[in-house]
Amino acid sequence: MAAVMVGISMIVFGLSRLTGDPRLLYMTQGTRWSQEVWDARGRELGLDKPMVVQYLVWAGNAIQGDFGDSLWHKRNSLRIIIEKLPATLQLSGISYLMAVALGVILGTISAVTRGTLVDIAVRSFALIGQAAPPFWLALILIFFFAVYLDILPTSRRGDWTHFVLPATTLAWLGSAGLARLTRSSLLEVLDSEYIKLARAKGVSTNKVILKHALKNALIAPLTVAAILLASFLSGTVVVETVFAWPGLGRLAVDATKNNDFPLITGITVIFAGLFLISSLLADLLYAYIDPRIRIYDS
Amino acid sequence: MIRDTPLPDTATGRSNLRVPVLGTVYRWIRRYPVLPVMIAVGLAIMAIFAPWVAPAHPLESDLDFIAHPPVWMEDGTFDYILGADKIGRDLLSRIIHGSRISLSVAFIVIICGSLIGSAIGIASGMAGGLWDEIAMRIVDLVYATPFLLIALVAAVVFGTSFQLVLTLLTIFSWPIFARQTRGLTLQLKNMDYVASARVNSASQFRIAFRHIMPGVFNTVVVIATLQIGSLILTESVLSYLGVGIPAPQPAWGSMVADGREFITTAWWVPVMPGAAIFLTVFAFNFIGDWLRDYLDPRLRQIH
Repeated sequence: MAAVMVGISMIVFGLSRLTGDPRLLYMTQGTRWSQEVWDARGRELGLDKPMVVQYLVWAGNAIQGDFGDSLWHKRNSLRIIIEKLPATLQLSGISYLMAVALGVILGTISAVTRGTLVDIAVRSFALIGQAAPPFWLALILIFFFAVYLDILPTSRRGDWTHFVLPATTLAWLGSAGLARLTRSSLLEVLDSEYIKLARAKGVSTNKVILKHALKNALIAPLTVAAILLASFLSGTVVVETVFAWPGLGRLAVDATKNNDFPLITGITVIFAGLFLISSLLADLLYAYIDPRIRIYDS
Repeated sequence: MIRDTPLPDTATGRSNLRVPVLGTVYRWIRRYPVLPVMIAVGLAIMAIFAPWVAPAHPLESDLDFIAHPPVWMEDGTFDYILGADKIGRDLLSRIIHGSRISLSVAFIVIICGSLIGSAIGIASGMAGGLWDEIAMRIVDLVYATPFLLIALVAAVVFGTSFQLVLTLLTIFSWPIFARQTRGLTLQLKNMDYVASARVNSASQFRIAFRHIMPGVFNTVVVIATLQIGSLILTESVLSYLGVGIPAPQPAWGSMVADGREFITTAWWVPVMPGAAIFLTVFAFNFIGDWLRDYLDPRLRQIH
């Protein structure tokens, strides 16, 4: 965990030292620094010292939450990030829950109704979700619901209606793979001997599916769902941009457009941290779902 | 193949002999990804012969035809079959030229990524020990890195370019190959036939090339095909966010971004290039799924 975090911080730091003088990245474009400021900044970043020391200086500041002042907003980057964080967590959290529920339910329905029109509809839903670019799906939903039917707002944050379109976009994309996986693993389980036994005993179809089959069939999809959590965080970058959602993802894209290096590095490190936390959650969830992989202290 | 023999249809009393072609075609479509392969081949032809296929120049604009509607709508003309964009450039021609970018990015990256990834995977599987450990930790690191954010940082540092997109995508595409080929190599190297090759004093290199590589080949091909779709998607996302292929190159993603504000007034401007991405990715995903079921069903868990 910690090693990965160090690795990612080294990548970000390395990027800043790959081209010319890193001081240029901390300068607002079009401004000039006097020689004294230039030298002072150099000493501050430790440019006169070896690379290892420079990294430690940078990492030391980063741990204390100092990625440098944002060039565009002219204030501490971490402050800005923390202000925007709730919006992102809210959107990705809601759409993640939607995606998992949708994926599992649709996958189950499609496995149970195999070969019927319902099954075909669910499978097309999943195939579209896997092939559609997120921004395009978002635009089409905007066109249909916000422009053509005019029942939902197109963008920005507000009451719950503002959640519908961005969360649907994210949930659709996220649930596609999940639905397909649930379908195939449920079909596999339904074919196994113990299901036949349960059926032979006279257990009702609903009970066989819900109590006997799903418990086993959901292991693979839920593992994937746990991994999906991390991809939702980066998925928000695109969706936030399309829907003008005032979160971290949009902040990152704006920071890129403004060449705001301190801010974008701060966001990247924070995102990497969230990534790691979510993969840790994934591991815990996995151990909870499938007790066979639990590690016991002996 | 009992169903292939023509039997009289009991309901109508007529023989099925008259239209065996339709039945064969239908069975082909059910069994092989005919339509997706046709789309993919069509795209390849489009990409290779873009300047000859496209009706107009992709960068030539005509301000009299800003957001001109496609041919089937009112005012549509055959000069702008899919309509025109925000400065009156022919959308169809731009999409055709855009296929060059998307496909070349995807193919270059997939070839580099699969070669690098499987080389590392086979090598670390064969070597084992410390090297294996280091290689797999690097794979873990790449998996744990938020790709999109690193791409944004890199765009700030280096500025956007075609080469940057290729480099970034390659860096993030090899680990899946490394992980899968390593696992397979570990399995294969304990097989009896490898042991007998070793007894016959085959070198490590010879074993890797002659005895392991053929065994991982199918897997690599399947993963590569499955990855093409997601690479095209990722490239389009980068271009959409403005950190991919720099303007005025007609990358599909940036075309959608360019036409974004037209969604309320002239939907075709952003929707058409997006549809091109969708169809392409759809076709490649379909071929990939089919290839996986055909060559290597064990890979079900991926995707």
